[in-house]
Parts: sequence; structure tokens; C-alpha cells
Amino acid sequence: MANVEIKQENLVYAKPRLITNDEMHYCPGCSHGTVHKLIAEVIDEMGIEGSTIGVSPVGCSVFAYRYIDIDWIEAAHGRACAVATAAKRLYPNNMVFTYQGDGDLAAIGAGETIHAAARGENIVTIFINNAIYGMTGGQMSPTTLLGMKTATTPYGRDAQLNGFPYKIAEMMAHLDGATYITRQSVHTPANVRKCKKAIRRAFENAMAGNGYSMVEVVASCNSGWKLSPVDANKWMEDNLIPAYPLGDIKSTTLPK
Amino acid sequence: MKETIIIAGFGGQGVLSMGKILAYSGVMQDFEVTWMPSYGPEMRGGTANVTVIISDKRISSPIANEYDTAIVLNQQSLDKFESQVKAGGVLIYDTNGIINPPTRSDIEIYAVDAAAECARLGQAKLFNTMILGGYLKLKPIVSMENVMLGLKKSLPERAWYLLPQNKEAILRGGEIIRRVR
Amino acid sequence: MADSDVRLMKGNEVIAHAAVRCGCDGYFGYPITPQSEVMETLMELRPWETTGMVVLQAESEVSSINMVYGGAATGKKIMTSSSSPGVSLMSEGLSYLAACELPCLVVNCQRGGPGLGTIQPSQGDYFQACKGGGHGDYHMIVLAPASVQEMYDFVSLAFDLAFKHRNPTMILADGAIGQMMEKVVLSEQQPRLTDEEIAERYGDWATCGKGKRKKYNICTSLFMNSEDLEEVNLRLQAKYRRIEAEEARWEAIMCDDADYVVVAYGSSARISSAVVELAREQGIKVGILRPITLYPFPVKPIADLAARGVKGFLVAELNAGQMVEDVRLAVDGKTPVEHYGRMGGMLFTPEELLQVLKDKLIK
Repeated sequence: MANVEIKQENLVYAKPRLITNDEMHYCPGCSHGTVHKLIAEVIDEMGIEGSTIGVSPVGCSVFAYRYIDIDWIEAAHGRACAVATAAKRLYPNNMVFTYQGDGDLAAIGAGETIHAAARGENIVTIFINNAIYGMTGGQMSPTTLLGMKTATTPYGRDAQLNGFPYKIAEMMAHLDGATYITRQSVHTPANVRKCKKAIRRAFENAMAGNGYSMVEVVASCNSGWKLSPVDANKWMEDNLIPAYPLGDIKSTTLPK
Repeated sequence: MKETIIIAGFGGQGVLSMGKILAYSGVMQDFEVTWMPSYGPEMRGGTANVTVIISDKRISSPIANEYDTAIVLNQQSLDKFESQVKAGGVLIYDTNGIINPPTRSDIEIYAVDAAAECARLGQAKLFNTMILGGYLKLKPIVSMENVMLGLKKSLPERAWYLLPQNKEAILRGGEIIRRVR
Repeated sequence: MADSDVRLMKGNEVIAHAAVRCGCDGYFGYPITPQSEVMETLMELRPWETTGMVVLQAESEVSSINMVYGGAATGKKIMTSSSSPGVSLMSEGLSYLAACELPCLVVNCQRGGPGLGTIQPSQGDYFQACKGGGHGDYHMIVLAPASVQEMYDFVSLAFDLAFKHRNPTMILADGAIGQMMEKVVLSEQQPRLTDEEIAERYGDWATCGKGKRKKYNICTSLFMNSEDLEEVNLRLQAKYRRIEAEEARWEAIMCDDADYVVVAYGSSARISSAVVELAREQGIKVGILRPITLYPFPVKPIADLAARGVKGFLVAELNAGQMVEDVRLAVDGKTPVEHYGRMGGMLFTPEELLQVLKDKLIK
């Protein structure tokens, strides 16, 4: 691409400083890129890029470590919260967060996630919930809705055959060590702004030593859902958000 | 000098700690020692045993299949270990609860009625040091001074106030041990 | 009277004391018999109040090895301990640690298997420790202590080797060494590295926060491009060849004039060493070759003995025959190599072993 000089008066948008120049591998319409941007902005605004450690998952966001200019540890599938626990305990003044999808967190990594929260680890989990396995090609995840078609539920998720979906954020809110649990989305500009505030609040909560925080982001996977980006957002509004309602679920301090 | 001892009985009788006191006493006297337990679910009522080896040379194997001395504190242990005492070796037991006493004639057999003596004194917890006292009377391989140092090292600091009465028990064990055959 | 710093301790207890005293930064573990005293002792010692060492009981071995991974990635001196079934659960994590070339220490206090098996001692995990265990082509450096003092000394040695080669290191002990008490001399307290020292020393790889670095660090084992992954593998293999050339350790006891050599490690070497005394009393010249590193395996001393004309080797292990394969490779058919093993938590006695040696090699 030709290097075009943009005049200051014409500049309407700039890539956040901490987003790297690596070309993103995400599909057009995917929510990951937006959430990455928000995290990069929050880290920059808090002035903590030198002391932040990100833990990336296995799943579509496995390469999150290519895109934000901070130190990253790539965790084994599901183990991000265990990895983050150690990093944070060894560097208590650092900001340590995990970035995980619903396959990584809610299926194989449910145990590590619950126990990190129960211990009140001062870490943040950004949980991208698009109700499907993206990277492996669109299989059922624990948060796949009943009736939803995926590669492993070709006739729609059937409770008798596949069990029921479950609500991670609500479940996590039961844990004493988890003090800030919220569910957000990034499918409209207003929601993007709210989501950024939530991420900032979660990061501040962790740095204040107030236990575990989770920002669940109800997200779009238009490729996995086999919809156009616009139709995917519409489908999300009509189906996913009613099942996983947005807003703060818990905001408190650690029990004495 | 090399002395290989098996101490066996019920969990809760202080079998493992008796072995530890003896082994620590050996350390205090500059001997080489090993303490090798049968480990596992040795809660009260289960069986426990420990092999203690005290030597003036490097100890090769920490396990043995015959012993210079067996200290057996219940019937099961007596049944199991009587045959594993070396010819000419020593078997020490407490007669309490023993229905079938030892029968070998090629070993020296001694009894320490420590359970009865402790019951008389109302001091059940001194049982294992009293037995140990009986053993040390027969085989004074470590000095009393080092036994007391070993005992102190074996106990957490909060239990050090018990040292004088344990010393009494060790001495009493030496008085009540008797040759059976 | 003995020096007051000489203590009588269990193998498992000294692992904990050694960790604190060598300046370990973090222990993450999960209870399992027969090694639970490691974490119990650490919790009793409360090192977070003295050296600042982190000690954490995880919810599983899967979690604890991934905590080790996370901690080691930040450049800190990190360890865990477990026993056989727990180490199986850690195998995935060990592969990641090896792939990312992270220094760390894993203690396996082996028990009998397969499956839930028994809590009694075994050496059934030799293959798992030395030949992989997890997926992919990798090696850990494996040390086999044969005494409580070696349990203590090898903690510091293991960390030195781990950081020297940026490679996970395992202490492969067993329930017998872990539960046994012996005299041990404790070393002086070493300081932990400061965060600044870590950033300085390991700044080219440690993901401890970018700090003043220009380039950010990534700890990953994902290489979607086959050429890249082959290159990573070639680099790892080159490192393993270097480790094989530099780090093989062994002890030879009475091997110089020996007609027969028992090869044994850890607790079985300890038991076997009594065979030398017994055999020589009967006029049979027996020696012991004790591998101290199981990986790298001490090939040379065994090959040299075979070349010198030793009449036969007896490999004594508490398993069905694992290390014997490495001995046979080293001997390369020059002389008979026999195996004797007990399993299920059974130990052999020196007398038993001598009889086997006579039956199998002297006839």
C-alpha cells in the first residue's frame, strides 16, 4: 500500500499507540480487534505498558500477543488463569490479565478460572463470549445457545444430546474472591465506550488489590455463525444478548 | 558398630517418633543414621513400622530383611518380625495385648511392660520413651546426654516442657525391662 | 557432639529447606502422597515472610504446572513437586516449558503405578522423565538423588542447570528417598534475585513486563509455519546435544577391578551398594555404576567398562526394565546386560540382588 501522508485537519482516527503494525488475522466483522484496541488504549491511558503482562489463550485470539505492544505469555488451552496467577503473585505491582474465549475459558479452562477467582487473585479476565469455537472451525462451545447450529451440532444444540449452555459471569459472581463482574458488548459505538470503561475499571480494581475481575464481552463471530458482519450483529442482539444480558453483575470489595 | 533396628506397632503408639528420637540421638553422637518408615495411612489403629540403622560408617542400604533388634508393640508386629531377628539378636516387646508370646530360642527376648506402667502413672504419652529406655538399657549405643539432645531436636519447641518427664520415663524403662528367655 | 546445623530430616522436608535457602522465588503444588511434606514444610517455614518466596497450593497438578510455566516465563526461579500420577497430569505443561525453553524444577517423588497404583516407592517413571512424557521431541535434565543430602544439594544444582541451559530440570526421586530421614547439612541462605536483576539478566526472554525494554517479549510455543517450527526443533536438539556432552554425571563405586557391575540409580543404587560389600566378602568382584543424571545418560563410563572387559552388567531398578534399554545401548552388545526389578512398591534387598547377579551372570 502506498504511504499516503494525512494532513492533521483530515485525521479522524489513529490506531492506538500500543497496537502493533502486525496485520491482524481476524475475520472482518469479528469483535476481537475492537476489544484489543480498547485494551491497548486502557493500558496506554493508565501508563502501565512497561508493567503489564498479558496471557493469551488457545483459540482465535491465540495470536493476541502479536497485536499489543506489551509482554505476553501464551498459555496452554484453558490454563491462562493459572499462568496469570503465578505472574501476578511474583510481580504484585504488575498488571496481569488473561484474554480468553468461551471454549478456552468455559470448557477446558473452567476449573482454573473458577479457582483463580475464588482465591481472589488480583488479575483481570477479558472473556470473549461468541458462543462458538472459532479457530477449530465453528464447533459447539459451552455457551452455544439451544437450537444453535454449529459444526458439532449440525441440527442445532439439543439439551438432551448436548446439555445446556451456562452463564459464566453470573456463576463467577457467586465467588467471594471475584469483586467486579460485568458483561459488555462492542457491537455499537455506545457499547464500545461502555466496554472500555468496564475494562478500565477492572484494571483499576486489580491494581487496587481488590481481587478478581472479569469483563465478559458478548461478541460476534460472523464467520462461525455463517452470517455477514451486519447480520451477525443483528443476530447477536436478537439471540445472544437476551441469553447473556449486558451490564454489571457484581461490584463490591473483598469480604473481610 | 552397626545396629539395625525395626520398631513396629499400632499407629498412635509413637512408633515413628521413637525411631526418630533414637536416630536423632545417633546424629548427636556423630553416627551415621537412616530412618525408613513404612508410610501411608498410619492413623490410630493402623500398623506402622520404622527401620532405624545407626552406624559408625556410611550406611549403604536403608532397608534390611533381618534385624539386630526388633521392638514389637502389638501381636501383628510380633508375628511379622520375630522371624526376622538375626540369630543372637534381641527382641523386645510389651506383654500388653500379646496372646501368643515369642517362641524363638536362638535370640534374647525381653519384655518392657510400659503400657501397664504408664497406666499406673496416668501418663499414656510416655509409652514410647519408656520402651526406648528399656532398649537403651540393653544397648547403650548412645549416651543419655545425646538421647536428651536427640529428644529435644525431635520435639517442637512448644513441647520442650515435657523433656524432664520423658527423661524419667527413659530411666524407668531401663528399670522395668526384664529378660523373658 | 555433632555440629548444630546438622539435622535429621526427611528427603521431602529438605527439598523445602533447599528451595528457600537457594533463593527460589516460587513453589506451586498440589498434595499427593508420598511427597506432601514438601509443601507442608514450606507452609510451616513461611518463606514469604523471610526471603519473599511465593508458596501456593493450586487446585490441581494441571494448574500447578501452568503456574510454574507462568512464573518461569517471568524469569523467576520456580518449582513444583509431585508424585507419579500428578506428574502425568503435568506432562502437557512440561512439554510447553521445554518448548519455550523455560528454566524450572519439577520434583517427582515416584510411587508405584500404573494408574492410581500405590503410595509405595517405585522407579516406574524413568521413561516418562527421560524420554519425554509429554508430546513432541524434548528432554528435561533429570537428576537422581540417592540420599537425603543429595535431595538437598540437587535443588540448587537443578536450578543452576535449568538456568544454564534454559531447560526444565527434574529431580527424579521416589517414596523411599522422600520418606527416609538421614543427616543433612544445610547450606547458607542465598539471596533471591531482585526484579531489576532479573530484567537485566533475562531481559532477552523474560516476560516480566516490558519495563525499559524497547521490544516486547513473547513466551510462546506456537509456530504455524513449518519451516519456523523445524528451526525451533533443530535449536532444541542442538541444545540437547550440548547438554549430553557437558552434563552427564555418575558415581562409580569399586568399578576399577570389578568383574560385574550393577547399574542402579536413586534408592535402588542405595540398596545395591550393599551388594558390593556382600559380594566381595564372597570373593566376587562387584562394582556399582550409579547414574546421577538420567538425562543426559552417562553413556561413556558404561561403554568404557564394557570395552574394558567387564563380564556382565546387572541393571537393578524398581520397575519392569526401563533404564536397562539405555545401558544396553551404551554396552552395544559387547557383554551381557541383565535386568532385575521389583514393582508395585516392593523393594529388593541386597541379598536378593546378589543372588540374582549370581543366577543371571555367573551361573
